[in-house]
Amino acid sequence: MSAGIDEEVRVTDVANGASGLDTPSDTRPTEAAPSAATPPVDSPAPEVRGVHTLSMAKAINAGLREALLGDEKVLLMGEDIGPLGGVFRVTEGLSAEFGEKRVLDTPLAESGIVGTAIGLAMRGYRPVIEIQFDGFIFPAFDQITTQLSRQTVRHDGTLSMPIVIRVPYGGHIGSIEHHQESPEAYFAHTPGLRVVSPSNPHDAYWMIQEAIASNDPVLFFEPKSRYWPKGPVDLDHSGLPLHASRVVRHGTDVTLVGHGAMVATLLQAADIAAEEGRSVEVVDLRSLSPIDYGPLLDSVNRTGRLIVAQEAYGNVSIGSEIAATVAERAFYSLEAPVLRVSGFDTPFPPAALETEFLPSPDRVLEAVDRALAY
Amino acid sequence: MPASERDFTAPTVQLLTPEGELRATPEAEAYLPLIEALDDATLQRFHRDMTVSRRLDVAGANLQRQGQLALWVPSLGQEAAQVGSAHAARPQDHIFPSYREHIVGMIRGLDPVRIMALLRGTTLGGWNPEETGNFHLYTLVLASQTLHSTGYAMGLQFDGATATGDPDADAAVLVYYGDGSTSQGDANEALVFASSYQTPQVFFIQNNQWAISVPVSRQSRSPLSLRGGGFGMPGIRIDGNDVLISYAVTRQALEEARAGEGPTLIEALTYRMGAHTTADDPTKYRTDAEVEYWQQRDPIARYRTWLESRGASAAFFAEVDEEASDIAADVRRRALEITVPTREKIFAHVYSEAHPLMVEQAAWLDAFENSFDGGAE
Repeated sequence: MSAGIDEEVRVTDVANGASGLDTPSDTRPTEAAPSAATPPVDSPAPEVRGVHTLSMAKAINAGLREALLGDEKVLLMGEDIGPLGGVFRVTEGLSAEFGEKRVLDTPLAESGIVGTAIGLAMRGYRPVIEIQFDGFIFPAFDQITTQLSRQTVRHDGTLSMPIVIRVPYGGHIGSIEHHQESPEAYFAHTPGLRVVSPSNPHDAYWMIQEAIASNDPVLFFEPKSRYWPKGPVDLDHSGLPLHASRVVRHGTDVTLVGHGAMVATLLQAADIAAEEGRSVEVVDLRSLSPIDYGPLLDSVNRTGRLIVAQEAYGNVSIGSEIAATVAERAFYSLEAPVLRVSGFDTPFPPAALETEFLPSPDRVLEAVDRALAY
Repeated sequence: MPASERDFTAPTVQLLTPEGELRATPEAEAYLPLIEALDDATLQRFHRDMTVSRRLDVAGANLQRQGQLALWVPSLGQEAAQVGSAHAARPQDHIFPSYREHIVGMIRGLDPVRIMALLRGTTLGGWNPEETGNFHLYTLVLASQTLHSTGYAMGLQFDGATATGDPDADAAVLVYYGDGSTSQGDANEALVFASSYQTPQVFFIQNNQWAISVPVSRQSRSPLSLRGGGFGMPGIRIDGNDVLISYAVTRQALEEARAGEGPTLIEALTYRMGAHTTADDPTKYRTDAEVEYWQQRDPIARYRTWLESRGASAAFFAEVDEEASDIAADVRRRALEITVPTREKIFAHVYSEAHPLMVEQAAWLDAFENSFDGGAE
């Protein structure tokens, strides 16, 4: 692990009390390497901005702001993202700062938003779309899968589609139908798209900027139940490229892998397991398409056991793909079959039942028990 | 009021009668100066382009029947709607076609053999719009391109590339779709966005009466042009088999768009004289009488009559016929020379940036195919 930012390091840096989040910077995401080279003699020393404690919503807001400052072709598009700042306030203040030509409150039509964003990208813009809730992405499904994902190949590479689609997703917020879904597999299944999901504020801050800098379309799934918990954000070092997975807790007995909000659940499960004397490793997937199998296979080769956890329906899911791939590539390391802990293959239930539908630490530990019993 | 008594009508704006006389309908009179401003060469070019389009249709259909194309999409009968509107655009304008506007592309500088490559199954696109007079790629999912065109027009606005007061620099967008496509959500959302942002844009509906086998009456109880008003923009119904009105109304609407006056919707009444595609059999759903009716309104015959009345010579028409045949023969010859792309094309450009699955799978396919080299005798 190079420059991985684990909890301890970040807490230490936060304690050092750096400041400067509100200071404009011309630092582009791609140049923000963890080990910055010595700057040329003539240029001023890069400003050290330090580590700040932010919620994920604020971290994405700060990342969007950096992107808007860094490239005048970056536009935000969505429903209620202007003066209101979005229903989750992720774009709060950006309309006031950048104006309605950079932060567009569009007509209320998801296909229209994505379709016009494609036209804007053809014109050289880099639209960043907010889909208000996971369950409302489907009116745009056609434009995303038949148009957005294929423009580059249809143009023989002469046209890029640098469009980011931000999707607040997942459960745990007790909301009504179509507001707690996890539709990421549909998009990971579609060639031409990239799909990522941060699990913490630091990754969210950097990954949104890297997604906007990408010349390919990126579906950016934001675990909405993680919008509010705060965490340290190192504003100077991203730590990892956009499509890298990361070991977030080291252990020796079994590997747990997940993405988005599930990472917090897996860390809780690991804590409980530790009390029971079991050493659990946790991998944060971060990128769902492509999947960075390196750290995962390395982990499985050491632990011999893998549990994949996800809020999404299990049937034909990201977890299914990981289980199949790990079985192919780490067959002789496995001491037990790869097990999946998923949402059930039903519509997301009424919120009163969501705690039984969503994988909990206990359900993860039940799978750990089964894996260790082999 | 009973449905049968409700009145949803719109006048059809026309300059050239089916008999080939220049006799403007009341609504068309305002457009006459635009026609009077055209020189003889341009008027002759209209005839030439319509003739080329029709000749190419024959070549395309033949190639398909001979197994050289997977499909051919005829535009037989729609030449005036396409040629007139295409000539109305200025060089800086952007054109978003559906998939039937072959002559529009050619007018913008597209080599038609690129269309043959698409229909021959050797590419998913076929050209780079930057090299084809801003004629964008065909879009096969109905009405998807309407939204792309609106987004592009929004971009022109944001760039300040329109409405500066210089008609030679200000750009507008022209998008083509059909009567069937008007029922798609995207076509309607495009009108919403265009009206909301007052885009520099013209929506050009070729109402060719049939969406494969379903008549336009299933798509709409009222003239499609009336939908413009519903979305807050002018809607004009024209005789789409009259190349002069197709040119003039589109020209006017594009000039208004580039001047910052917002979008316009045009419904061009025309008729798909041929099949939807070569996979279609129109004898199963429409009558000979209907086809006969439209044959008498043929766009090329009426325009030829008018040009003759203005003194165009038999030699001119013979020359055009010969040129059209030569172009068709040349396209046919070069279509047959289109080669199958190498397998790298499967993986190249799916992404703009490096992607591990593309690298892995391309390498695997290479190794797999190469494993047969020198293998079995």
